[in-house]
Amino acid sequence: MASCEKLVDMGRRQFLRGAGIGVASAATATVVAQPAQAAPGQALVNYPANRLGNVSDLILNEPLDVSYPDDSAPGVLIKLGTKVEGGAGPDGDIVGFSTICPHKGFPMSFDANDKTLNCPGHYSRFDCEKGGQQVWGHATQNLPQYILRVDDKGDIYAEGLDELLYGRLSNVL
Amino acid sequence: MAFKRHIDRLPIIPAGAKEQIVTCHFCIVGCGYHAYSWPVNKQGGTDPSENVFGVDLSVQQDADTSNWYAPSMYNIVKQDGKDVHLVIKPDPGCEVNSGLGSIRGARMAELSYSKARLTQQQRLTDPMVWRYGQMQPTSWDDALDLVARVTAAVIDDQGEDGLFVSAFDHGGAGGGYENTWGTGKLYFGAMKVKNIRIHNRPAYNSEVHATRDMGIGELNNCYEDAELADTIFAVGTNSLETQTNYFLNHWVPNLRGSSMDKKQEQLQDEPHAPGRIVIVDPRRTVTVNAAEVEAGKDNVLHLAINSGTDLALFNALFTYVADQGWIDKDLIANSTTGFDEALAANRMTVEEAAEITGLATADIIKAAEWIAQPKEGDKRRRTMFAYEKGLIWGNDNYRTNAALAALALATGNVGQPGGGCVRMGGHQEGYVRPSDAHVGRPAAYVDQLLISGKGGVHHIWACDHYKTTLNAMEFKRVYKERTDKVKDAMLSVPYGDRDAMVAAIVAAIKDGGLFSVDVDIVPTKIGQAAHVWLPAATSGEMHLTSMNGERRMRLTDKYMDAPGQALPDCIIAARIANNLERVFRETGNDAYADQFKGFDWQTEEDAFMDGYHQNAGGGEFVTYERLRAMGTNGFQEPATGFEDGKIIGTKRLYSDGKFGGKDGKATFMATEWRGLQAEGKQAEKGKWPFLINNGRANHVWQSAYLDQEEELVQDRFPYPYIEMNPDDMTELGLSQGDLVEVYNDNGSTQAMAWPTPSARKKESFMLFGYPSGVQGNVVSAGVNEFIIPNYKQTWGAIRKISSIPGNAAHLSFKSQEYPQS
Repeated sequence: MASCEKLVDMGRRQFLRGAGIGVASAATATVVAQPAQAAPGQALVNYPANRLGNVSDLILNEPLDVSYPDDSAPGVLIKLGTKVEGGAGPDGDIVGFSTICPHKGFPMSFDANDKTLNCPGHYSRFDCEKGGQQVWGHATQNLPQYILRVDDKGDIYAEGLDELLYGRLSNVL
Repeated sequence: MAFKRHIDRLPIIPAGAKEQIVTCHFCIVGCGYHAYSWPVNKQGGTDPSENVFGVDLSVQQDADTSNWYAPSMYNIVKQDGKDVHLVIKPDPGCEVNSGLGSIRGARMAELSYSKARLTQQQRLTDPMVWRYGQMQPTSWDDALDLVARVTAAVIDDQGEDGLFVSAFDHGGAGGGYENTWGTGKLYFGAMKVKNIRIHNRPAYNSEVHATRDMGIGELNNCYEDAELADTIFAVGTNSLETQTNYFLNHWVPNLRGSSMDKKQEQLQDEPHAPGRIVIVDPRRTVTVNAAEVEAGKDNVLHLAINSGTDLALFNALFTYVADQGWIDKDLIANSTTGFDEALAANRMTVEEAAEITGLATADIIKAAEWIAQPKEGDKRRRTMFAYEKGLIWGNDNYRTNAALAALALATGNVGQPGGGCVRMGGHQEGYVRPSDAHVGRPAAYVDQLLISGKGGVHHIWACDHYKTTLNAMEFKRVYKERTDKVKDAMLSVPYGDRDAMVAAIVAAIKDGGLFSVDVDIVPTKIGQAAHVWLPAATSGEMHLTSMNGERRMRLTDKYMDAPGQALPDCIIAARIANNLERVFRETGNDAYADQFKGFDWQTEEDAFMDGYHQNAGGGEFVTYERLRAMGTNGFQEPATGFEDGKIIGTKRLYSDGKFGGKDGKATFMATEWRGLQAEGKQAEKGKWPFLINNGRANHVWQSAYLDQEEELVQDRFPYPYIEMNPDDMTELGLSQGDLVEVYNDNGSTQAMAWPTPSARKKESFMLFGYPSGVQGNVVSAGVNEFIIPNYKQTWGAIRKISSIPGNAAHLSFKSQEYPQS
């Protein structure tokens, strides 16, 4: 859709912010045949445990911009005010989500009125109180949610994701 | 918690992976996709040289990238007997969807049959027969012999009228040109079967008889017209959910104003503005909301009419624009007949229409102005008229369809850029059959005949009456009774004694029983009653051709093996014909047996060449090889030639002012308003408190047969929902997610309550055709004069069955509308 160009640019700026991504150059390297050697692999990607903030940084029902598992994956932490399944912290009400729509990758915004993340591209909506369930929309997955841990000092760590992030074929690049 | 796959990475499509063309097989829009497959022991890499995209996949890809695919677009399937990786992703080069994937189409891979990843294990893999009291696998030869012997015995006894058929007539999955021809040649060529119906209605008829009778085919424009129109007039069509990428890729640019360049370039001699839209629908849909988001509320007119009063509105609009002189007088004079008579017969004032429809007179006049008031410089306003089930399955189908087409015709909007009077469609189309003239008009009301005990054998092709018919509860009750009679008889003899088995079945049929043969890809609800299941292949497991809502014909490549012994429907039809020929010859009826010659097809391409290539208008220009070269854009039917390696198509119909009626003219019809037309509807409305409006949802639309075993959808909608006004819910003591019973004199069904502030009081909306709650149970048997069902005008009562069930406790019941500032 030509009309989405602005949104594409918005998304691009957001992705580029702090990520230092260069334009991929044409491949020039020649693949040299190597002796067959099985490489060890792991069943899951290794997620970093990143400190995203402290409980004291959060204001009720106001999203705190974060990124996880790296700077090119924007997201939010939200203190919802009511305990939810998957919620972390002393009140069980802190959740974290990717804010990139899993349909076409546009950046979503939080609607404090009903605690949803909403995509301006094609109107998809995700419920932050229901594990990122798509209320209505085009994505074929519910919204990737952070697996959070809060330590004794109130520091909030993200330690994993439960769905594939838009725009990458491995959650950890 | 909401369902999560816990997939943190996917295999990368390697450079050199096999690329196959795919048209999404679910809805009418027919979005273009590519299926990539590669050996299961290989994978691509992040280096540009190692992946099919030629880009660095070690970095985050931008919004709207074509270099990404969701877990739902991936699977492991069999191809030529070997496991392969499969990715089916939207094609950015397809003009229909420009890389957009809907929540249905973007799950095609995940909705494929995979033993390795345990997806769609419900698929039928072998012919099954009722043997020793349960459905048991058997060989094709055994199953087809039983089908042929029982069918032949019934025909010998009752004639061809004893054979009842329910068969798809559309394109996409469960249809397509190959398969409509295969079944059509069997039932309309070899035989002249009269008691036949289509998948979603109880007779063999057009849903849009009227526009055809006027000489205007119902798919007459192109999707680009939605970008060029000054106004879109949308009737009973919730296009954001049911023609999703058509709406997003072609309506939205007009509403946003981003198609202005295209308007100015193609239509230079007139002023232009961003598009406006009129939406006629008793319900506020997400389509209304999205239109407001894009165009601004000032450019969206939602006419929330009283249910079933569309005809009064159209007659008033027709009268008003005619009286204002906002009509195409030259076209009416040169290319049409019956205008003056129709205007006299249909005359209705704005005030009369306001009284009937519940609209404000000012809004009716505003709609007329948006449709037809000349633009600056006295230029004709361009309006595209779009309609679907709100009209088609609504009150007085025939007249209402004709009245809308008359408005489009009179205002000069058929055959012109930015115009058209088109149904939005459900499935794709894919119809090529021998003449159906012997069926007659009105066609036989097949469901009522079955309920009344008629027929001896029933062949079902990808239809599920238990889910998608009217009067469904009564139909199911009788159908089960009649087929149980045959099942019990089959238990009385050893299966291996074929003569005794056929004799027992025939005796049960004479006693009111019914022998049921169900051809499908999954076990259906009606299949529970059947005696034979024949496993069919679906799109992508066979080559399949169809056309979309702008008559765009494409080939979907066969990209994977069909499950087990499953075969394309056209080949199953041919094998039934082969077996009937054999059985009739064995019984000495050579003359009749000869009618079943001509079914020696080995592949679906044989059926295509026998059917479409030889019988469709322009079919002589179309072959698989030529279609494959046309890729996901195909061509728009009808084909008119083949030049420079390309099939030449037709962008719009009737662009020369020549219509499909007598002498190339279109005909206006008298379509007087007559209230709720179908028998019993007015009384039903008077008796019951709630309108039980019904329709479709974005998550599940033309995909329910697969979604019934798909976790994303089942997790979201374990039950059909019913949108209700919150005050109504309070009065009934209901909380969100509570299971309610919807009931009236026709039957009863269940749904979960979704509080919806935009729902008008006493006007509910229930998801249609859902496996765990069938709305058709409460729809009366009332039809129009041509046996078109009236699902939409249904009234009933609602009561609580249970508090929110455990499998719904995690669900969100927030508003479906995108928030507007």
